[in-house]
Amino acid sequence: MNALLTGAALFLLINLVAGLVRVLKGPTRADRMLAALLFGSTTVAVLLILAELQGMAALRDVALLFVLLAAILGVAFVGLPEAHPEDPE
Amino acid sequence: MSMSEAAAAMLLLLGCLFYLAGTVGLLRFPDVHARLHALTKADNVGLMLVCAALALLSGSLRVAALLGLIWLLGLLAATVSAHLIARHARRHPEAHR
Repeated sequence: MNALLTGAALFLLINLVAGLVRVLKGPTRADRMLAALLFGSTTVAVLLILAELQGMAALRDVALLFVLLAAILGVAFVGLPEAHPEDPE
Repeated sequence: MSMSEAAAAMLLLLGCLFYLAGTVGLLRFPDVHARLHALTKADNVGLMLVCAALALLSGSLRVAALLGLIWLLGLLAATVSAHLIARHARRHPEAHR
């Protein structure tokens, strides 16, 4: 079972790295925010798996905090001032 | 391997499959709205399946409740962010082709 959990955590980490491609390619700020959304949900799953794997219950609380911060992320993005210049292409 | 462990393994693999679908959608779909559609739904089903698998493995009601809470908050975060980003993209098409 431990091998399966380790494999799942590694697989999800590879998903995260693949999501970085979208950050690099853009093309818009909203697309880059989507990668941040991916990071929110995937990192939580990785933390929960690690909590089970290593018997560290505190990691579940870290995941809880992370998911709360993920909710604020989207709101903060939309609240950016309109005058903010679009990033250079 | 006991019955509950086998079920947890199935749920975990299924969850990873949904995560893979979300990432592939993020990378392959043509515009912001399609990518939002793929990412937020698939990833949260994946999170639910992973949470269910871990709750089965832990065998503790307290941990299961915490995992359920994390999943619900994750749903809330994803839906709010998805709607806000989609609205932002629609109102500022010049920045989002």
